[in-house]
Amino acid sequence: MADKQVLTGEHFVHGDAACAEGGIAVGCRFFAGYPITPATEVAERMARRLPQVGGVYIQMEDEIASMAAILGASWGGLKSMTSTSGPGFSLMMENIGLGMMTETPCVVVNVQRAGPSTGLPTLVGQADVMQARWGSHGDYGCIALAPSSPQECFDLTVHAFNLAEIYRQPVFVMSDEVVGHTTEKVVIPPREKLEVVERIRPHQAQSEYLPFDSKGPMPAPMATAGDGYHVHVTGLTHDERGYPVITDVVQERNVRHLVDKIRRNARQIIRVEGVHLDDAEVVVVAYGCTARVARQAVEDMRTRGHRAGLLRLITLWPFPSHLIRELAPRVKAFIVPEINYGQMVYEVERTAQGKAEVVLMGLMGGAIHTPREIEDAIGDYL
Amino acid sequence: MKRRLRELQPFDKEAEERAIELGHGLHPDDKYLKPGRIPHIWCPGCGLGVVLTCFIGALRQKQFGVDECAVVSGIGCTGRVAGYLDMDTYHTTHGRAIPFATGLALAKPDTHVAVFSGDGDLFAIGGNHLIHAARRNVNLKVICVNNFNFGMTGGQAGPTTPLDAKTSTTPLGNAEPGFNLPYLAHASGAIYVARWTTFHPRQLVHSIGESFDRTGFTFIEVIAPCPTGYGRPNKLGSGLEEMRYYRDMSEIRYGADPADAEIKLRGKILVGTFEAADRPDFMETYRTQVIARAQAGGKGKGRAA
Ligand code: SF4
Repeated sequence: MADKQVLTGEHFVHGDAACAEGGIAVGCRFFAGYPITPATEVAERMARRLPQVGGVYIQMEDEIASMAAILGASWGGLKSMTSTSGPGFSLMMENIGLGMMTETPCVVVNVQRAGPSTGLPTLVGQADVMQARWGSHGDYGCIALAPSSPQECFDLTVHAFNLAEIYRQPVFVMSDEVVGHTTEKVVIPPREKLEVVERIRPHQAQSEYLPFDSKGPMPAPMATAGDGYHVHVTGLTHDERGYPVITDVVQERNVRHLVDKIRRNARQIIRVEGVHLDDAEVVVVAYGCTARVARQAVEDMRTRGHRAGLLRLITLWPFPSHLIRELAPRVKAFIVPEINYGQMVYEVERTAQGKAEVVLMGLMGGAIHTPREIEDAIGDYL
Repeated sequence: MKRRLRELQPFDKEAEERAIELGHGLHPDDKYLKPGRIPHIWCPGCGLGVVLTCFIGALRQKQFGVDECAVVSGIGCTGRVAGYLDMDTYHTTHGRAIPFATGLALAKPDTHVAVFSGDGDLFAIGGNHLIHAARRNVNLKVICVNNFNFGMTGGQAGPTTPLDAKTSTTPLGNAEPGFNLPYLAHASGAIYVARWTTFHPRQLVHSIGESFDRTGFTFIEVIAPCPTGYGRPNKLGSGLEEMRYYRDMSEIRYGADPADAEIKLRGKILVGTFEAADRPDFMETYRTQVIARAQAGGKGKGRAA
């Protein structure tokens, strides 16, 4: 019988379907969602595919419930996922915070459209990237990945699940409408070639186990319901046992652990792609669908003999500050095209520390940049 | 940037364990309670302790091992129940206990998942989730402690506060009627609906036990005194007096039409089991219809497609 979990082979599918397949391939067995353009196709694919592998698909009453349900399923021992777009992402923020505070692995796919509010439901935007970082109240560390192609929708959804298990927290796949609705070749590798991180479970006696240990740079192993560890999981400030303790002393340990487990491991988490960076005088920093246009612009400039380069952000968060810092003294300018009125550009500007010009090429949404526009911007600094 | 932070004070496991040794294990119910979590935070005279004890009583009666159950709660005084029980317990966000529990119950279909929360949590901010979980017939045992107000935040009006009742946000009397919870749960599809007060602990233990016997969405409302929040402005006296008041106002009527169960200020309170039906729960339908069809290879083929 054919392997229903990993559909090894070449497929011609859109990015949304590839996200769903990535989830199923890496072992996601629970999906809760709510229809929303342009992410609905992820849910539709899940509704058809999950029962084939014995998983559960449930359409909830809203995105608040969807997010809460995937946290519950994760504590029930299943890898779980939801998908949405801006308005739904806003509703999910409450329980994303719960997921961060309770260190609950799961994956949230946001196929971004243009906002604010209902905005342009069917057209592209990239204006939720700061919301991904800071959207839920309080401090926590954030992991967000930005696919540029359907292939990466598959690959990065797999990777997002792995990171979620390793760092025990919700991880975001920040796709966008163009990537989600682009249909291209997606190669799904054989099962044995797929890197799959399984949940790290406790093995010690119940009396020795601290489910929210904050001593090391990594989270504690996770005991799920029925494992016999009787974990109390709370969104309140809690000690290492999970018991609520309402003091500044415990708050200090609790929150610093949530931030530091990402901060200290940032170099391990960060992934970028550099194109012609070695001798670049002007570097375009781009992600998602915009990075595809930027690549075209950079290659065009190179064929004309101009020293342009591309730093493509695969990991939006944690942000690769060290790379910008390294590049800043030897480049004239960073050009940052993004489909918003300036979000990731602030990180570039902050970490360039005045050593290079930083230029935002903002688009408010509904359209993508043209290579020509980016070439013109590069040309201004050569 | 440079960072200046306070020195961290590490978790002192030994000190915590010493503190637990002093008190835990002295009471027969301690084996159901998380070591070191008692004393609880509830006010003197609060009805919540009675409901917690009844829940433990039902576990004992059913001879459930603690690993066969999980408890999910939302936010509020009732929300704190989860933290006291020595089992897998989840204290979630305000109003979201039911969707969290839905995910948990579907991931662990063999676990008894109870949702313990207050009227404000389940029916104000969480009302939409409750009606949908009932409609889907998710296998959840919902215990809703109704004290007619938001206690944790200091006695504000909620979705169950009766017309004319006084609270800190309705100092001149409530302009809204309260929900009739059993009627709402019944109309939404709950397969088991009962109401008791904390003056009826035996009936309550029995009801919780009955709800465990059924697979599907069950709903038990427990009227509980909140002398601090609701009792004071409405001149119901101490917790004990408020409990006596609920005794005097209750009328046991098994099988009553939930439509008649509305609670008016200083009106009678119908209690009893109002509904005990059977229909397949979400997981059974999903397994026998959706998964079975998918695994039979159908792309939507099969009888009902
Ligand atoms: S405020 Fe009311 S419900 Fe809350 S603990 Fe006090 S008496 Fe109980």
